[in-house]
Amino acid sequence: MLASARPDSQARGFTGLPRWIWAPAALGALFVVVPPAGILARVDWADFVLLVTSESSLAALRLSLGTAAASTAVVLLLGVPMAMALARGTLPGLRVLRALVLLPLVLPPVVGGLALLYTFGRLGLVGRWLDVLGVQLAFSTAAVVMAQAFVSLPFLVVSLEGALRTAGGRYEAVAATLGASPTHAFRRVTLPLVLPGLASGLVLAFARSLGEFGATLTFAGSLQGVTRTLPLEVYLQREADPDAAVALALLLVAVAAAVVGLAYGRRGLR
Amino acid sequence: MKRAVSAALAALVLSTAPLLAGCTPPSGERSLTVFAAASLRQSFTEIGEAFEAAHPGVRVALNVAGSSDLAAQIAQGAPADVFASADTTTMDRVTGAGLADGDAAVFATNVLTIAVAPGNPDGITGLADLSLPGLRLVQCAPQVPCGSAAQAAAARAGVDLAPVSEEPTVTDVLGKVISGEADAGLVYVTDVRGAGGAVEGVAFPESAAAVNRYPIAALRGAREPELAREFAAFVAGAEARKVLEDAGFGAP
Repeated sequence: MLASARPDSQARGFTGLPRWIWAPAALGALFVVVPPAGILARVDWADFVLLVTSESSLAALRLSLGTAAASTAVVLLLGVPMAMALARGTLPGLRVLRALVLLPLVLPPVVGGLALLYTFGRLGLVGRWLDVLGVQLAFSTAAVVMAQAFVSLPFLVVSLEGALRTAGGRYEAVAATLGASPTHAFRRVTLPLVLPGLASGLVLAFARSLGEFGATLTFAGSLQGVTRTLPLEVYLQREADPDAAVALALLLVAVAAAVVGLAYGRRGLR
Repeated sequence: MKRAVSAALAALVLSTAPLLAGCTPPSGERSLTVFAAASLRQSFTEIGEAFEAAHPGVRVALNVAGSSDLAAQIAQGAPADVFASADTTTMDRVTGAGLADGDAAVFATNVLTIAVAPGNPDGITGLADLSLPGLRLVQCAPQVPCGSAAQAAAARAGVDLAPVSEEPTVTDVLGKVISGEADAGLVYVTDVRGAGGAVEGVAFPESAAAVNRYPIAALRGAREPELAREFAAFVAGAEARKVLEDAGFGAP
């Protein structure tokens, strides 16, 4: 397309993308897209419905959806204030704190599980006091939610903090001059502004919770209907019944893809 | 562009191939790749060293994982010379697929035991004590060998076990007992021995209902078929027997 006089169509027509970009980009896309297709090729379609509707599969699916929803709620309640504080707050040492709270992002999940175990486990730093109070987290569904929230919280914080920084604080400043309290401005100005960032952060957190494996196994254990989520069921089934494991893996991929597609598809319509 | 992509793909595959096959041996050295069940890690490291000492110029590369994982890797064409499994069922899958060179031979046995915290604070004396109210028991899921063994032993003893968690591997069970999350766990005798004092073992007679047999076989695709057969024979020999016994394994 020839560059026209209108600046917006000019911006759209000329991308400035070097041609060589396409080769590594295509390689990267193949690297990500082919393995899920590999699962598709291994699915035993004749027994697929039977395999994914078995009692243990349904129990795992229910538990996974329930715990991922619960951990996403926890992430929402804690993550939004965290992102606000990190993006807008003026506190000495905030940058160090920022690096620390994003640690679960780079921590291998098994290590995260061990960290939770040594903190909230029966003999852990906090856990021994909880034990005295009669609260036992290990082997409970609450432990699954904790493990998921621990690993997915940074996803929301990073996503929302980025959106807050991009939006800037000038609208809130205007709202303040018009007499709005900080809480009122947060609710009526900031939140609507960063809603897309918040939504994508929540989707990422939910998807990460759905796929959580290492920290759950290390910290919560594995019992049908209580702590054995879909990824743990897949891991267990592949020992005894690889066909069931593949069918469940596909189910997990489908649920995750549906969640991501739903959120990003809607954003695309805007 | 298509050519550039396939060239890049080929480069990627070629660059990772040595990693997948373990380390490539320096020229002049012969390398033997042994796939061994996780519970054999310690013993096979020692046995491998003894084999290297008896065969100058030979390097034994050990790949340790769960037996089913290893069998799946072998079925997918992983470069292995010898396979040692923790149970006969998994080995049967490999020999049944025609992947073994000759028959598999059982070289060791292993039985379950109850792992408890050092000093046995709950005073557990046998399987029946594991169903005491409030006692947190962890065992393997019935889908894996250590779990089916636990079920068989419980059936022999006539007790109903209600674990708070059914783990996918025996090391996960051991970990839960060591960390104090669980009060008791059903693991193998060799796991307690390998934990070196972090847990205590309580033997129970019903473990005889489920004895795990460890078979070994040289593999069809071996790059060193002669050496592979020699290693399998070496594992069944007196020197290896001593190492296995020290680790808590029983005689075949």
